[in-house]
Amino acid sequence: MRIDVNAFLGAYPWRKVPGTSPEALVKALDRAEIDEAWVTHLPSLFWRDPTEGNAWLASAARDEPRLKPVPVVHPGLAQWEQALADAVNAGAPAVRCDPLYLGLDPAGDDMRVLAAACGAARIPLMLAVRLEDGRQRHPNDVVPELSAAAVRALIRADADLRLLVTHADRGFVEEVHFGSTPEEAARIWWDICWIWGPPEDHLETLLATVGVERFVFGTGQPLRIPENSVAKLDLLDLTAEQLAAIGSDNARRMLAT
Amino acid sequence: MLVDIHAHFYHDRAPRADREERNASRLTAGEKIGITVHVASILGSWGRTSPIYFPSPPDLTYGNDALLALQRAHPTRIRGYVCVNPNYTTHARAEIARCLSAGMIGIKLAASRRADDPLLDPICALAQQHRVPVLQHIWQHRRRDWPGQEASDASELCTLARRHPEVAFILAHIGGGGDWLHSLHAVRDVANVYVDLCGSGVDGGMLEACVEAAGVSRLLWGTDLTMCTGWAKLRYLETLLNKDEMALVRWKNAVRIFPPNAFPAD
Repeated sequence: MRIDVNAFLGAYPWRKVPGTSPEALVKALDRAEIDEAWVTHLPSLFWRDPTEGNAWLASAARDEPRLKPVPVVHPGLAQWEQALADAVNAGAPAVRCDPLYLGLDPAGDDMRVLAAACGAARIPLMLAVRLEDGRQRHPNDVVPELSAAAVRALIRADADLRLLVTHADRGFVEEVHFGSTPEEAARIWWDICWIWGPPEDHLETLLATVGVERFVFGTGQPLRIPENSVAKLDLLDLTAEQLAAIGSDNARRMLAT
Repeated sequence: MLVDIHAHFYHDRAPRADREERNASRLTAGEKIGITVHVASILGSWGRTSPIYFPSPPDLTYGNDALLALQRAHPTRIRGYVCVNPNYTTHARAEIARCLSAGMIGIKLAASRRADDPLLDPICALAQQHRVPVLQHIWQHRRRDWPGQEASDASELCTLARRHPEVAFILAHIGGGGDWLHSLHAVRDVANVYVDLCGSGVDGGMLEACVEAAGVSRLLWGTDLTMCTGWAKLRYLETLLNKDEMALVRWKNAVRIFPPNAFPAD
């Protein structure tokens, strides 16, 4: 069983990306032998009100049961609590808020209130460090990358918050993990899509130092080809239990925590 | 057969305590991926006694010697690019002659001098004379100078390639940072520039764009610092290309531009 916790539907504003429809994503899941994907509506991350994409996302997922919607919540907009409640009532595995794309201070009051609300609602909060390599972004795409300091501040903001952080590299993971108490670190999960394999062996190192239990399978598709996350696991000498943990069990544990 | 045309190794003067682990990891991962030959370079002292992208002549000689030693230790698995700094013409020419005669099969240029600079011409003349390709470090669409390197982009490499139409140039790591679409536009009509598919970038749509811009006969497979992304691209390409086209990308294109007998099955 393999769950991709980090996937998108819909067009990207800064360049042409193939395979953004629900049907195309399901084909990609088949190709990469992925059973299920947690999906966010990509265009709405760039909208003034990103929650306007949530209805389309829910509709798309109804037709493709392997796709699990991760709706967006914008804590700077009135009625945001309703968007969070809708996500919980719909059984979403997480909600997403990428504060810098929304023009929010990533560790400011709005995000801290959202963190507390997600903690109280028992739903993980997902956010990305980046969506694209900073060296290749469109000249007008100037949104800063999420900082490790912001993630540390968020996890400290509420004792019940669970964070799912995507697109982080080794240095970022280490800075947050070892800059947090064990209790705080145990409430953060990291997707593997941006972590290097051999010969640098960043993923192997992190699995040994941070722990297998902290990592979940994610791809960032269709912005990135999903084969990358599959290949880096295939290059490791992991036990069946470890592969299952990263592939799906850790994600399920996150939901059950 | 599978040829990795963009690999690196470290030596005992590299400023990394884990250099032997990294070298071993590359070979181990290569076995899992099925890499037949790693065509590698060593960039001087890797920053220890001169900058990575501006290596000094003594560091270049030491690094090239270390790579020759690796080539001797792994005669069927490792082949070398001789790395030179175009700012030191006499040293570069001598080093190319020395290392090619010792069995290296290509020339590696990092980012010590802009690719369209006349100082690269004597190096390219040697490449033509010895019939070896030139692997040029590229920043995909350099909009400004970046610290630590005098990076070139595809437009500058294509200027050089037009001056030396008989030399095969390898545009390094299309997924290695920067705007790859800019590079693909630049190389489209320059038949002697080959696109190296390596780099940490695994963008959706990038490989389709490479095929469309350069055609399968000008694509070369490699890994650089991220072998997982290389393997991922290979897997994805298998869904885009037929078996004969895959053979071109995996090894046949490399066989065509490297010297005869550079690879075991050649």
